[in-house]
Amino acid sequence: MTATTQRTPAAVGATRPRQAQRVNRRRETRAALLFISPWIVGFLVLTLWPVLYSGYLSLTDYDVFNAPNFVGLENYQRLAADDDARRAIGNTFFYAVIQVPLQVIVSLALALLLNQAGRSSGFFRTVFFLPRMTPPVAVGVLLLLLFNGQDGLINEVLGWFGIDGPNWTTDSAWVKPGLILMSLWAVGSSVIILLAALRNVPTELYDAARVDGANPWQKTTRITVPMISGALFFVFIINSIDALQSFTEAYTAYFGAGNSTYSNEAAEFYSIYLFREAFEFLHMGYASALAWVLFVIILAITLVQLKVSKRFVYYEGDQR
Amino acid sequence: MTASIESTSVRRQNVGRSAAVAGVGGLGGGRRRRITPGRVLVVAALLACSVVFIYPFVWLVSASFKPRGEVFDNQIIPETFTLQNYVQVWQEAPMLLWLGNTVLVTVLAATTVTLSSALVAWGFSYFRFPGRNALFGLVLATMMLPGAVTMIPTFLIWNAVGLTDTLYPLWAGNLFGSAFYIFLLRQFFLGLPRELFDAAKIDGANNWQLFSRIALPLTKPAIIVTLLFEFQAAWTDLMRPLIYLRDSSNFTIPRGLKSLVDRYGFGGEWHWEIIVTASVITTVPMIILFFLGQRHFVEGIATTGSKG
Repeated sequence: MTATTQRTPAAVGATRPRQAQRVNRRRETRAALLFISPWIVGFLVLTLWPVLYSGYLSLTDYDVFNAPNFVGLENYQRLAADDDARRAIGNTFFYAVIQVPLQVIVSLALALLLNQAGRSSGFFRTVFFLPRMTPPVAVGVLLLLLFNGQDGLINEVLGWFGIDGPNWTTDSAWVKPGLILMSLWAVGSSVIILLAALRNVPTELYDAARVDGANPWQKTTRITVPMISGALFFVFIINSIDALQSFTEAYTAYFGAGNSTYSNEAAEFYSIYLFREAFEFLHMGYASALAWVLFVIILAITLVQLKVSKRFVYYEGDQR
Repeated sequence: MTASIESTSVRRQNVGRSAAVAGVGGLGGGRRRRITPGRVLVVAALLACSVVFIYPFVWLVSASFKPRGEVFDNQIIPETFTLQNYVQVWQEAPMLLWLGNTVLVTVLAATTVTLSSALVAWGFSYFRFPGRNALFGLVLATMMLPGAVTMIPTFLIWNAVGLTDTLYPLWAGNLFGSAFYIFLLRQFFLGLPRELFDAAKIDGANNWQLFSRIALPLTKPAIIVTLLFEFQAAWTDLMRPLIYLRDSSNFTIPRGLKSLVDRYGFGGEWHWEIIVTASVITTVPMIILFFLGQRHFVEGIATTGSKG
């Protein structure tokens, strides 16, 4: 463990240094493993075992109180025929397919604006980031209040323009759009990532474009967007993974004790369905199967995105 | 819009120059510049957006000072100003207890995950040993695993050792490091010059001293980012408190707020003034945290993006 390993008596013959080197290496490995050991223990106990056990549970019927009862692939067959699960998947995809592109577009627009703002950009960046600090539970509360159909602020503002706003929180056709709009409030970190990327675009490119007579729209679409495509793609993937696991805001607003009174099926995302199956109905076996299907879905979508991105994404210094 | 982007090239040159002077193309913003119509338009657009981002806070804080009947009146200045909600929320719910629980959990979660992740990150960045890259690949691979897969067996572990309905499950897992922070901290450790450690070794420093006396102090910004990120994550988490906590005296503040929503919201007694006030109390510490560590938050997130 100490620095003594370094003292190699080099002059004592040909075999000794090699031996010392081997001892050295073994000591270095041992020291490294000592530093890494917290992760190794955590990986074995809190990741590897749970993954294996979850796989096993997904093949059983288990309610915590009685021992798991092996049922083979029954849970997966049930899942394939489960209308509630299908609705939850539909809700989740509806949300993700609209929310993710919207979030990327909105954060790109804000980042482009910020990049033009000069000295005031620091102030506005803070403003745009603040909602991100709000606990998602409080965001769920805000959703119920601001999007309230009768007296909510959103409908009042829509009313100024003569628009009769929908019942965002009770009409099942408008529950997900409400959740999507509310989620856009928290685009702050995407804005920061994109802004940092914008600041790294070499200015010569714009000068060259100006000489060539490019208009602002051309500069944005032909230079800016391609140059930050790496960051755009990163934001896209991270937001996709988040959106597919969206839980807290919708759960706060539409689920939990005493929330049976109004339409919340439209807000039952996959994660919420899984959570309720596991911890409200104690269908631990079935919920484990749901979890594995979620894993496969996320993995597949991410891999497809990675594959597609190879065509569009430009990385600086990428010579491959 | 057109005019605003017209000024782009001028601005670009300026940014290029000032960045060159400062030595970095960092997040700092530009130097003094002429006021152009374009810039005025940009700032006007940003101000309009700011209203959208700030107003929900204003609405919430304002509503917390309104009596029950006026919560939904959408006025900035309360018609009837009252502090009654803040008195009442303290009587209706053990807010102080919930805040105490949350502070305990967040402090423990943040310090343990930072220390353990730093140790592991150091192990992966300084030492050379067979299988290092494969093992680190495994660390990164665990980031791809959705929490849902490990959620149930992890609950069963805590259940088996009889620690459900305590605060332990909310932070103790952090003793073993977290893949994301290990990745983040390793990037910073790799940036330290190796000669520094060779010199210290010659001076007789052991491996622990290399880590604690040299590496840690030199990566202070990254350590602070880790602390802040985890502090926020632990403070705002709802899922784990929902899974593990039954007795309301063990609740963290988001779990408590959720119980108030259940009791006083649309499914309950319609006392929205209490929910609104509890929401403010839940949110304010995070706003304070942001202003304390603003620079680190922004730089941490920007780094995350560029390293991804």
